[in-house]
Order: sequence, then C-alpha cells, then structure tokens
Amino acid sequence: MIERRPVANLVSHFLLVIGVLVMAFPIYYSFVASTRTVAEILTPPLPLWPGAHFVDNYVQAFTGSLHRIGGVNLGTLLFNTTVVALAIAVGKIIISLLSAYAVVFFRFPGRMLFFWMIFITLMLPVEVRIMPTYQVMVDLGLIDTYTGLTLPLMASATATFLFRQFFLTIPDELVEAARIDGAGPLRFFRDVLLPLSKTNIAALFVILFIYGWTQYLWPLLMTNSNDMNTILIALRKMVSFADADTQWHVVMVTTILALLPPVLVVVLMQRWFVKGLVESEK
Amino acid sequence: MRRTTFPNKVLPYLLLAPQIAITLVFFFWPAGQALWQSLYREDPWGLSSAFVGLDNFTRVLTDPNYLHSLQVTAAFSAATAVLALAAGLLFAVMVDGLSRGKRIYQTLLIWPYAVAPAVAGMLWLFLFSPAMGTFGILLRRAGVAWDPLLDGTQAFLLVTVAAAWKQVSYNFIFFLAGLQAIPKSLHEAAAIDGASPLRRFWTVAFPLLSPVSFYLLVVNIVYAFFDTFGVIHAVTGGGPAKATETLVYKVFNDGYVGLDLGASSAQSVILMAIVIALTAVQFRYVEKKVHYA
Repeated sequence: MIERRPVANLVSHFLLVIGVLVMAFPIYYSFVASTRTVAEILTPPLPLWPGAHFVDNYVQAFTGSLHRIGGVNLGTLLFNTTVVALAIAVGKIIISLLSAYAVVFFRFPGRMLFFWMIFITLMLPVEVRIMPTYQVMVDLGLIDTYTGLTLPLMASATATFLFRQFFLTIPDELVEAARIDGAGPLRFFRDVLLPLSKTNIAALFVILFIYGWTQYLWPLLMTNSNDMNTILIALRKMVSFADADTQWHVVMVTTILALLPPVLVVVLMQRWFVKGLVESEK
Repeated sequence: MRRTTFPNKVLPYLLLAPQIAITLVFFFWPAGQALWQSLYREDPWGLSSAFVGLDNFTRVLTDPNYLHSLQVTAAFSAATAVLALAAGLLFAVMVDGLSRGKRIYQTLLIWPYAVAPAVAGMLWLFLFSPAMGTFGILLRRAGVAWDPLLDGTQAFLLVTVAAAWKQVSYNFIFFLAGLQAIPKSLHEAAAIDGASPLRRFWTVAFPLLSPVSFYLLVVNIVYAFFDTFGVIHAVTGGGPAKATETLVYKVFNDGYVGLDLGASSAQSVILMAIVIALTAVQFRYVEKKVHYA
C-alpha cells in the first residue's frame, strides 16, 4: 500500500471478519445441528458448539434407510450425484474439445453454421423450455436413467468458446511443424494440443464438476424413482416443516454431505477454480 | 483466422457430431416444440389440440397472476443483484487494500460458490425457521411476528438473502481480479496529487471497474432469473400466496404440475425472448471491450 493506514487496516480486517462469519455461519450452523439429536434441534436456540452425536448421526445416515425417500440410503445418493457430476464434467470437456478442434483447425462447408448452432444453445437454458424438453425425454425413454440425467447437459457453448479462444493462440508454425513431421490431425490433437490444453482442462473441470453437482431443476424433472435421485432432490424430499416426524438430524447430515464435495473441490483446487471461473465466463 | 489447417473433408464433421447431435435433440427440438405448442391449445385430456394463434400469449400477458409473477421476478432480481454486487465489491476492496492475509480471506470468502442454490436456501431456512431456527426464535422473542412460511414479505426477504449469499463469492472473485488488474502507478499518481484513499477509490478504481461491474450486473440478473429456481422450490414453493413465485417457477408449476401446456409454452417463449435480450446485451458489451480496451 501507498501510505500506512493502521486504522483503516483495522477497519478492513474487522469488516472482513464479519463478512467471513456471515458467509460461513449458515454452513457451520447446519454442521452443529448435524451433531445433535432431534430433540436438541427442536428445542431452540441451538447451542453454537458441536454436540456429542457426530458419529451416531453420520453412521445412522449411512446405514439406516431413509423412510421419507423410499428407504434409499445416503451412499446411493452420493454415488448418483458423483456419477452425474463427473459424467457432465468429463462429457462437456470431451465434446467441447472436439468441436473447438474441428472449428479452428479445419476448413469445411457449414463451419460457421455449426459454430452458430453451438452458440445459440447459450440462449436456450433448460429453465425456459421445461415442458417440451421433459416430453422429449419421456418419448426417448430417458426418465430415471443416468443418460437422461447427464447427456442433455453435455452440450456446452461456454466450454467450446474457451477451447476455441485457446486454440486460436496456438502458433501456425506448430501446426506446420507437425504436418512436416508427418503427423495427421488425430496425432496432432493427441500429442500436441491435449498436453498444451492441460491447464485449461483442469480449470474447466473444477467449474463443471460444481455445475454438475449443483444441478437441481434437471434431476427434479428427470427422476421419478427414489433410487435415481441426486442428493439435492432427496434432501428436498426429506424436509417437511409441516410433518412432525421429520428426522432433522439426518436432514442436517445430508445437507452437510450435499455441500461438502463441491466445497472441498473449490478450496483444494482454488487456483484452478479462480482461473476457470474468470476465463470461462468471459 | 488460421493460415494452416488440416485438409480432411470428413473428419471435422465427425468431431462436431456429438455436440451437434445433442444440440439438435435436446435444445433445438424442444425449443421448436415450445414455439409450436405456444400457438395451440390442448384439451385437458391431451386428446386433441386446436390452433389458437397468439391467444395463449394474450391469455398469459393479461393474467394477473403472470403480471404479479413478473413484478416478483423484477423485484427479486434487482434486490438479489444489488445485494450480491454490493457485498462482493465491499469485500474485494477490503481484501485488495490489505498488505497481508489476502489469501486467507479469499479462501474463506469463495467457498459458498460451491453450495447449490437449493442447499443455500435450506441453510438459511434452518437458521430462520420460526419453529427451530436460532435466529427465527430470537426474532420472535424480540417481538417480531416472524414466520417466513406464512408472511409473503418475510419469505421474499429470506429467499433474496439466500440467493444473494451464494452469489457474493462469484462477484467477489471478479471484482478482486478487476481491482488487481489496475496498475499500481495510477493509485500512486493520485496519492501524490493528494487524493485520499476513499477519493482514489471513487475517481480511479471505480470507473476502471465499470466494465466488470456491468458484466457482473448482467450475470447476476441472469442468475436471479434462472438459477434461483432451486432456492424458491426448496424454501417456499412459490408461496406463501405466490409472494415468491418467479417466472421460471411459474413455468415449472403451470406446465409440470398444472399440465397447462399452451400457457406454459407461451411463458417459455417469453422467457426465451428475455434470455436472448440479456445475452445480446452481454455480448454487445464484450464486443465493445474487445474493440476499445
């Protein structure tokens, strides 16, 4: 900083600590609730330190069947959500890499048409075409399948743009050198382009994993049977304020487990996350 | 444009095939269906449908419930965007001004980004539930008639705060990146001219942040329009008495729950128009930035 401003600095720290508390408190509160019994949760105010039932509650959530959601256990839900998040992230990356490669490194009739078709998907999010998309999925028999949960979300204009932008910065000399050395297009893709794209792929993976994990409307439409639910949908079904027998301690455990994996990905891969966010959205 | 390309004639089509296939089947086909259905009306048993022209649109646009939902969405988007942008900017300015500890604050402020909107809504509902939430109870003890499940204004407040809370991290990251891209020499020059830190912020940093701010404003509005479905669905279900029924929630409710296809499709088409307008605004700005930056 330019001048020494001890008071201003103190004010900054003070405001930031308050900010951090506001950002963290809702999550901490649910964590505390997840370590307490139903009776404790229902006799407010809840103490602000973890209770004695951490192990009991988490073991019960994993081993006991959750009757409100048809006896499916938490392991199944986490498995489903992981499959969905990984499939969407990996699928989007592969499909976008291939399309960006085609658009940048080849000349062929219809190139711009295809490029625009991909671009227009930006303007057609699921939220604006709920019913007709649902009908298509019913007609194709994709309700309650992993394919139905993931495949339609794999088209990606943003990821395609990101790779296209990056491919355009690759010098022509590199392509010429590869061609002189006798490398075909697939070989060039595998041995030159993929290694160069590693950073972009990692950054995009973090963003897309979170995107896949936090999907809500789509799994809500695509799943009828309880054992195909993602954890978010199951969580919604478990909560009922009107109903006296809501197992609040299990709800809290489920909440914590529903948010933990993507939060861990963000915190542990912070550098990739920030890069991916700032670059993919521009 | 590249000078060197590969000469293959068939390969590029094969490379594009997966993306284009998904786009056609899951994007263009349903969007076309929405356009088509918005011009027809089905009988309640789905046995026959008749062409009704723009009747569905007139019906939707003169429906007081729809107009109410439009108002709710506008108020909700504005409140969410303003709250999330203000908090994000404040945190970014504070963190940027620190000489040490930047990294720790950054880590502690970004992780709500990874929380799904539906979960964000539930976390806040747990805190403010009148039956079991600590803050809900405290409010009641303080004499406030607090019950977001019955009071429309309170429900609206709760979903707005939950939706904004999740989006603060995103805005923070972009504002911080924007602030860090401002050359130090500009701040130093202004300081030598005797400008106080606050004045330097308003006259140097803030104008230079305007492209980022504008971009974020559009993104936040899009977020509040479309991505907050989870918050609404999980916390209030559009209630009480439609006080939190946003446009997207209404499309879902009329179509998926109420099975009124014509009206739902007409609403979808209106929403598409809104997305197209927002995207156009966003890209015009991006284009400008490319040309003049």
